[in-house]
Amino acid sequence: MPIQYYIILSLALFCIGIVGVLTRRNAIIIFMCVELMLNAVNLLLVAFSKMHYGLAHVSNTATTTGSEAQLFVFFIMVVAAAEVSVGLAIIVMMYRNVHSVDVNFLNRLKN
Amino acid sequence: MNATQIMFWFLSVLALASALMVLLSKNPVHSVLWLIAVFFAISGHYILLNAQFLAIVNIIVYAGAIMVLFLFVIMLMNLNKETEPQKNIWMQLIGAVSGGCLLMILVSLVRQATEIRAKEALMKTGNIGLISNLGKVLFNDYVVPFEISSVLFLSAMVGAVVIGKKD
Repeated sequence: MPIQYYIILSLALFCIGIVGVLTRRNAIIIFMCVELMLNAVNLLLVAFSKMHYGLAHVSNTATTTGSEAQLFVFFIMVVAAAEVSVGLAIIVMMYRNVHSVDVNFLNRLKN
Repeated sequence: MNATQIMFWFLSVLALASALMVLLSKNPVHSVLWLIAVFFAISGHYILLNAQFLAIVNIIVYAGAIMVLFLFVIMLMNLNKETEPQKNIWMQLIGAVSGGCLLMILVSLVRQATEIRAKEALMKTGNIGLISNLGKVLFNDYVVPFEISSVLFLSAMVGAVVIGKKD
């Protein structure tokens, strides 16, 4: 498939994630939209890796160009898993203190 | 239109529709289930690009572990449609318009870019996404980041326990 289709699909997913972060007030939904944005970036990285592999494959059939991008996706998944565990612990602590997951309750630093 | 293209369009429409339903559904449990559908569609894209290792890891880690953690926390807090906080309609409209403007600008930029024109992502062939090649690259060139990520996991585990502890 042309690489533009993958770029536009990833951009659409990323922008849906941005709209979710901007419009929802539930902290868990905001967190899920951040995960959606991470996955859009992962999809784009894999598509670009296959694009560079296809360009290098023409001259050298045993090339491993593009495997770095897939490893970066792997590391992004690792970091996202660690981030989710800490973030959900923070949300649970916030729910225990204020009995709500509404992010508008977290404006006390403003005053 | 061959089978690969049909699968590409089907998975794209599935991913975008499910991502929209994540935003639109009022019940947080439904949002989690729609997000799992997005992750399965993205895994289907990885399989189409012959990145089989990432497809399996995406299903196991995201749809299996992370989303179950989300579901567990939501059920622990007893969130449902009645307790869902609502922003006022103007803030929602402003957020949607600004996100749509960003999407329009980026898409027009991609359509104008000349150096990516007529370049193709190789579908269904190529063995760089297979686990043997990725394992060789990971344990030859990226051993140190791999070990650092294990330390990161340990610190995240300790941090989650410390933050979630009651007192």
